[in-house]
Amino acid sequence: MQKVYIYKTFERFWHWTQAALIFFLAITGFEVHGSFSFLGYEQAVESHRVAAWMLLILIAFSIFWHFTTGEWRQYIPTFSKLQAQMRYYTIGIFKGEPHPTSKTARKKLNPLQALTYLGFKLVMAPLLVITGFVYMFYRTIDANNMVIISDIPLEVIAFLHTLGAYLIIMFAIVHVYMTTTGHTPTSNIRAMLTGYEELEEDNEEQVKEENKKQE
Amino acid sequence: MKKVVFSIILASIGILALIHIAYDPPLPNLSELKLKQEFAIKPTSSVDHKLFEELQKDFDSPQEVTEACIACHNQRHKEVIASSHWNWERISYVEGRGIASMGKSNVLNNYCIGASSNEQSCAACHIGFGMTNNRFDFDNARNVDCMVCHDNSEEYHKGSAMAGYPDRSVNLTSVAQSVGRPQRMNCGACHFYSGGGNNVKHGDLEEALLSTTRDVDVHMAANGMNMTCVDCHSAENHNIKGKLYSVSSSDENRLTCDHCHTSTPHMDHNLDLHTARVACQTCHIPTYAKVNPTKMEWRWSDAGRMEEGKPFHETDSSGVETYMSIKGSFRWETNVKPDYYWFNGHATHYVLGDQVDSIPVQINHLFGSATDNRSKIYPVKVHRGDQIYDPETNMLIQPKLWAAEEGDSAYWKDFDWNLAAEAGMKRVGLHYSGTYEFVNTEMYWPVNHMVAPKEDALSCEECHQRKNSRLAGLNDFYMPGRDSHAGLDLIGRLLIIAALAGVILHGMGRVVAAIKNKEIESEEINTNYHQ
Repeated sequence: MQKVYIYKTFERFWHWTQAALIFFLAITGFEVHGSFSFLGYEQAVESHRVAAWMLLILIAFSIFWHFTTGEWRQYIPTFSKLQAQMRYYTIGIFKGEPHPTSKTARKKLNPLQALTYLGFKLVMAPLLVITGFVYMFYRTIDANNMVIISDIPLEVIAFLHTLGAYLIIMFAIVHVYMTTTGHTPTSNIRAMLTGYEELEEDNEEQVKEENKKQE
Repeated sequence: MKKVVFSIILASIGILALIHIAYDPPLPNLSELKLKQEFAIKPTSSVDHKLFEELQKDFDSPQEVTEACIACHNQRHKEVIASSHWNWERISYVEGRGIASMGKSNVLNNYCIGASSNEQSCAACHIGFGMTNNRFDFDNARNVDCMVCHDNSEEYHKGSAMAGYPDRSVNLTSVAQSVGRPQRMNCGACHFYSGGGNNVKHGDLEEALLSTTRDVDVHMAANGMNMTCVDCHSAENHNIKGKLYSVSSSDENRLTCDHCHTSTPHMDHNLDLHTARVACQTCHIPTYAKVNPTKMEWRWSDAGRMEEGKPFHETDSSGVETYMSIKGSFRWETNVKPDYYWFNGHATHYVLGDQVDSIPVQINHLFGSATDNRSKIYPVKVHRGDQIYDPETNMLIQPKLWAAEEGDSAYWKDFDWNLAAEAGMKRVGLHYSGTYEFVNTEMYWPVNHMVAPKEDALSCEECHQRKNSRLAGLNDFYMPGRDSHAGLDLIGRLLIIAALAGVILHGMGRVVAAIKNKEIESEEINTNYHQ
């Protein structure tokens, strides 16, 4: 075991800012949805829009970061140990078995994580962003009597956006809980805060082999 | 170190940029200030009619005054004769009817029902002299009543049941010498007191507007802009802008707020987006009848009760009549929250002779729907009641209500609905079967006046809320905050509960398993730290 710098500054900034924004968007969003009243409707709507734009900017930066650093490869799903990982979470974890996959700086995500986050990035986030955009610009006519978006009923847009919101809340609950399944209950959260985590050493030969394959 | 400095700088720039995006500096509303400036200058008359020799004489009849007016304003009478104030009808395209002529002369209402056969009395609100029956000469310019609108002395008033002639006490000479731009009382004499008393009909037009405060009406307030009716209802060539859909039908020559305020009057983009589908009045007139009560219900079926063989009336503690033997029973309300309807500027009416096709009978109907892009949500006063109806012919009845004396079939004198119905229907040329009953009716009056100060405008929550939304009755569109998909909300909640239950159970399972495996997690943490 050794201390490894696993989450870079931007990555941590991105993660926590995104977490805060999603939390805030959920609160203001469900107020707009009419689930409860907290900030007041007008304030909730305005704040939801501002936070949405902030999140979009953040997403744009993070996409850029993922591609320029090559970190996007972390999310390529591998299926070889997927079953083992699922078996671990449902059975092995209760028996005190070791993790079936090892976490390294090059391979931060276990197969189940990679698949889940890929789903998050390719399904949940686009669902919310696209329906959010259509919602934001939805109007039957604008001040110049121009029809903007009226063919899609607002009811459908709101339904999909709300569906995405429920899914993301569910994701967040499970996500937060899963952080406790690391080496110790808090080691994952510590790592996301400080960037450093105690990890198994990278098997250098293995790394070299992988590099060759990629090349 | 460089990295830290660089990231701090970057973060600061980012935060500043975000603050800049999120911060909306309060800008002055220049267009509103411009309007205030424009209407702060009150028009002054360019002539003093007292000085005209033509008016310095005794007038024997009001027609002589009109002749004197026409002697100088020698084309104006033609404009007046073309107006709906004169004709009591207007030809326009009406949905479902085609080109039709509608107005006071042939549509009914559910207050005093209709003018036909009651002209002698009703003509007190006709801008002419001598309308005693349906044979009034609408081409005779001598009968145009210039004074009723243009008297600035507040002395002129029409006599009661005098067919539109002024009261005998009026000094025509002094009135003729004091004519000018119409003042509030000129319009109010009819539009405040229509239906038989102050604020009976409109609810948003009443004598309190003669001198009022900003919280009642921002435009007309004596301590505000102090505007008169014709400041908005301008009358180029006597064609007065604006119309009310209790009698009007088409979306022409309307007066809307955006003529002055534009369709983007707010200093807020989200609010401006609303103006495409929500009328200004909806948010800016939270309640009407703010000072004096307005009639909400009129039941003609209760009319005719006598006390010791004589007609009587009852008033409530606030002084308004709740029962009159000649009219029936009334319900009044103050500070009324309007009902809300889609409205595209077109309306249709029950016209004398129409078949009744729904009960309650729709005395008028405002067209519009959520899917019609020209429709906006408007606040509306709905006046309900019942009135006389012929079940055999399936028509509403125009009763003869007024007569000078008993024995002339008028209900208000003889209290005999049969006679009144027969005489009234005969006059309008329709068949009366001899049987009558009372049928429920509804009438729709868009609310346009008594605009509140902007601080009192509706907040978002008044409509955008699950329960008690002001728009609870408008269910043909999806409104955020009010509407939701019940199934989705249920499934969403179940998903969240399932996720929470799942992680709690999983976590408890791990703790139990850890104890069983004699590897209590805290120990593990400790050993990890000591490594």
